[in-house]
Amino acid sequence: MTERRIRIMVAKPGLDGHDRGARILSRCFRDAGFEVIYTGCHQTPEQIASAAIQEDVDLVGLSCLSGAHRYLFPRVVELLRERGGDDITVIGGGIIPDQDLQMLHDAGIKAVFTPGASLDSIVQWVRENVSVK
Amino acid sequence: MYFSRETLKQSAESRKKWEEEVSNALSQWQDQKERWSTVSDLEIQRIYGPEELQNMDFARDIGCPGEYPFLRGNQITGYRGRYWTFRMFAGMGTARDTNRRWKLLLKQGQTGLSTAFDFPTLMGYDTGNPRALGECGKCGVAIDTLEDFMQLVDGIPLDRITTSMTINPPATVLWAMYCAAADLNGVPLKKIGGTIQNDMLKEFIAQKTFMCPPEPSVKLISDTIEFGTQYVPKWNTISISGYHIREAGSTAVQELAFTLRDGIEYVEDVVRRKGLDVDAFAPRLSFFFNSHIDFFEEICKMRAARRMWAKIMRERFKAKDPRSWWMRFHTQTAGCSLTAQQPYNNVVRTAIEALAAVLGGTQSLHTNSLDEVWCLPTEHAVEIALRTQQVIAEETGVASTIDPLGGSYFVESLTNEMEAQAWEYIEKIDAMGGMIAAIEKGFPQMEIADAAYRFQQQLESGEKVMVGVNRYVTDEGDEIPTLDIDDNIEKEQVERLNGIKRKRDDKAVKRHLNELRRACKKGDNVMPHCIEAVKSLATLQEICDVYREVYGEYTDPAIY
Repeated sequence: MTERRIRIMVAKPGLDGHDRGARILSRCFRDAGFEVIYTGCHQTPEQIASAAIQEDVDLVGLSCLSGAHRYLFPRVVELLRERGGDDITVIGGGIIPDQDLQMLHDAGIKAVFTPGASLDSIVQWVRENVSVK
Repeated sequence: MYFSRETLKQSAESRKKWEEEVSNALSQWQDQKERWSTVSDLEIQRIYGPEELQNMDFARDIGCPGEYPFLRGNQITGYRGRYWTFRMFAGMGTARDTNRRWKLLLKQGQTGLSTAFDFPTLMGYDTGNPRALGECGKCGVAIDTLEDFMQLVDGIPLDRITTSMTINPPATVLWAMYCAAADLNGVPLKKIGGTIQNDMLKEFIAQKTFMCPPEPSVKLISDTIEFGTQYVPKWNTISISGYHIREAGSTAVQELAFTLRDGIEYVEDVVRRKGLDVDAFAPRLSFFFNSHIDFFEEICKMRAARRMWAKIMRERFKAKDPRSWWMRFHTQTAGCSLTAQQPYNNVVRTAIEALAAVLGGTQSLHTNSLDEVWCLPTEHAVEIALRTQQVIAEETGVASTIDPLGGSYFVESLTNEMEAQAWEYIEKIDAMGGMIAAIEKGFPQMEIADAAYRFQQQLESGEKVMVGVNRYVTDEGDEIPTLDIDDNIEKEQVERLNGIKRKRDDKAVKRHLNELRRACKKGDNVMPHCIEAVKSLATLQEICDVYREVYGEYTDPAIY
């Protein structure tokens, strides 16, 4: 039996429609050999958490550029924990000011990638920090 | 023929000799790279000369400013009579905060207003809706009811200042609020001027704020165009926008082609659905382009856009009024060209992009603030951005003569080439059955995704350079002050909304919403009902829920 590949869900929580980064990253993860599910825009934290559990993903990558990450990112982690998905790693990206990083870290977001993070560095992070459950 | 036979002969001879010298020089001094291309990957030659323009026809392809095909501008006197409108995009937090920012900008010499709404407003949800949690006031101003709107325009002379509103799915509602506010302030509708963006096709293609499916979304737009034509003659009822298409990662040619093709779709819909004569409404159509960092590509894109639209209106739609042939457009410098790293460099980028927009002949301009990659602009940053336009207008001399780059071998060649490539796209979409059909196939979305990914790969490989991002990188970041929107305003806005709901006449609200529902079902124009509904203090979401109920909801097909 061949080994299962890392499964990633790229998700856009909230009402933000700026999906250029999320779409580029989805392609990049696919090209790097991961299995990718992209949710599309306008997902509620509830939708993301249920889909992530249902799809049995190893990693959820949240993208937000609207400034609503302070509410949305922690909410996704909270719902995953409530619903038994606490073994799913959650990372975030987008327009995230430095002063919010600690708060997101404390809320359980394992890594945050802000503008300028190279695709290589994100793929590298996933390879080093995420394994198939 | 653009040049005499004699000129072409001389040029051919000297070019042949020059090319021999180039190949000798290259054996000693190699080019820095093999392929030279624009930021959106159009290949650029080493030089351009008369040969490239030998098939140009002055009268057909160029002409004078203010005359068909308007390559050199719509206005016969260019910027001499009047500069472009200085129109900075502003909106944050509550209506009161935004009103304060508007007044500050007007005091600093801004000549038109422009409104940014927050995501719940953009998507047709009230503050406090579970889907909108965390978003209130973050990316723009939160508007739930006419009372918020009245506060937004408080003290603004609606008969003298024009206001642009970046609103799409709920454009009918926000415009209804503007009309109602004018009415309540005693200003007749025929005196108010401004723009609603109201361009849904580009939302499906790029920006992703949508509510109902494409077909009814376009119907609502035709309603506004019809209503404006009848009752609000100075209003631009649509701003057909390439800006977001470009921000989503398109090339300049894709931006040009998809925007114009969207424009064609709207004109077709109004003519078919409303039976209006094209000349009755075409003069009020307006456009919106992105000005990216590749200087000449942007100038040429804007020149080509004007010429193409003139041809589309005259030849495809048989418009007779020269004002129908004009492409009037606003420009914003490219948000996606700004860098979070070394943010002060953004001032330079914005200045160059603004200069390109002016040389391309824009009629209205927003210059981005240096901090906009991080947040909504601080007062200091937005002032620098506004001053950038003022320096270009008043100090540099570029506004002294019209289309100063016209006739340049390179500029005219690149303009022609971009136009030719854009026509290819337009023909392809025509063959698919139009833009709605193309969107349903995912065609423009996929073309943009490809271009965005290609550019990102070029950045990663170093083939394309962004200063401070993949070259001249420094470890120490520049700390800049940023604007933070207080999370607590959400609670205050919800309380305000609940207060309004308590004091209004619910029966009247229900009656107007029912009338709106009936109009939607019958295919009647929604605008008169929308105005009555907002006057009764129906909320933005209550009206949008009627649309969602009758027309259905659109969800993102998640194409990547």
